[in-house]
Amino acid sequence: MSQRVLLLVGTRKGVFILEGDPARRSWALRGPFCEAWPINHVIGDAATGTIFAGGGNAWFGPAVWQSDDRGASWTHSSAGLTYDAGQDPVASVWSLARGVGCLYAGVEPAGLFRSTDGGQTWMPVDGLRAHPSRPHWQPGAGGLILHSVVPHPSDDQAIWVAISAAGVFYSADGGQSWVARNQGTRADFMPEGQRYPEFGQCVHSLVMAPGMPERLYQQNHCGMYRSDDAGARWESIEAGLPSSFGFPAAAHPRDPETLYLVPLNGDTVGRYVPEGQAAVWRTRDAGASWQALRDGLPARNAYFGVLRQALATDPLTPAGVYFGTGTGTLYGSADEGESWTCLAQHLPPITSVETMVVDR
Amino acid sequence: MIAATPAVVRVVLPAALQLLFHQCPQETEVTAATVTEAIDALDACWPGMRHRICDERPAIRRHINIYIDGVRATLPTPLRQGGEMVIVMAISGG
Repeated sequence: MSQRVLLLVGTRKGVFILEGDPARRSWALRGPFCEAWPINHVIGDAATGTIFAGGGNAWFGPAVWQSDDRGASWTHSSAGLTYDAGQDPVASVWSLARGVGCLYAGVEPAGLFRSTDGGQTWMPVDGLRAHPSRPHWQPGAGGLILHSVVPHPSDDQAIWVAISAAGVFYSADGGQSWVARNQGTRADFMPEGQRYPEFGQCVHSLVMAPGMPERLYQQNHCGMYRSDDAGARWESIEAGLPSSFGFPAAAHPRDPETLYLVPLNGDTVGRYVPEGQAAVWRTRDAGASWQALRDGLPARNAYFGVLRQALATDPLTPAGVYFGTGTGTLYGSADEGESWTCLAQHLPPITSVETMVVDR
Repeated sequence: MIAATPAVVRVVLPAALQLLFHQCPQETEVTAATVTEAIDALDACWPGMRHRICDERPAIRRHINIYIDGVRATLPTPLRQGGEMVIVMAISGG
């Protein structure tokens, strides 16, 4: 039985699924799914084969869609994805993550929900919105969104989340209580003397190193950081990158020293790849040094960005790396980023890319 | 004449809502005294439909309008026997 990679692609107008051949050279595209709803994140559960897609529709509100047959048919639910009456309603689902025995959904306005019945019904993780910093959370350009959910791989009580622009928060008790974990990350947009606050940083993405739950990486609006103590303290690792600004970060499936980024030129000058030259940047030493990976990517006249959930790796050997652009193009590498090919073009703006390996 | 008790009304659903609930017809009848009750009746037939039409404020979603006998309604709007409730999606998007 051969293993194949499914690329799960969220876009502004539905979900697309690409299925690769065993060599990851040719890809078959299917979609759009989910009635062309705006979808912010699509994940797969390789153990069950279920695909989950989170999004929100301006007409019909938030929902988590799911498919048990690789996209052939879909159902949707938002049962319980609500705040109390009188609060600003949940507008959309921004991020999904599998926890130990549960599924998490991060939403806009920022909050966290948990499902223990496979996404059929949801319960709020109330402790987060009860945090004393909550009245001071400010929205970023994408809204006040909880966009990164990072559950501990074996401790069902430990979880990190990231909110734009409130920062990183950690719970050690299953979400009942939370602490801000932003020490060492900058908020350059704040007045001088207030640029290292307890919370309020504009974190753009948060990922965990494989096999090292205490090691986290974050791409921030203001820099790139690594923490080796579960977020208690962050160290800048942006030296050697062309920019301190970008959105996504993707961990290697096995090597905690390897990380992929797509730096953009800056927050006020277009937010596209620097100099119009596309590159994914990789570290092999936990951020001490960086290498631009450009082979096969546009060398000129490229003015796209890559959004916070649109960069992913697969677990095969060598690892595959994939990213989708705001201009609807999907690129992939089957050799850890050394060389790239265009896998699809002319899609709607791509919001997320994830992988799921299936047997066939 | 406004019914003080539940009335039978004809409900017309937009196509995009039908797509989300596969056994849902374009037109149906419900027995209800208000718009809220009519939406509850729809939700009883097609679980989840209420949250597609209303948010938790609670209110009809911003980009959906409901007309009762041709007049724009809100959730407490009463229904009359033989009346018509039309659910309309706003012209929005890009």
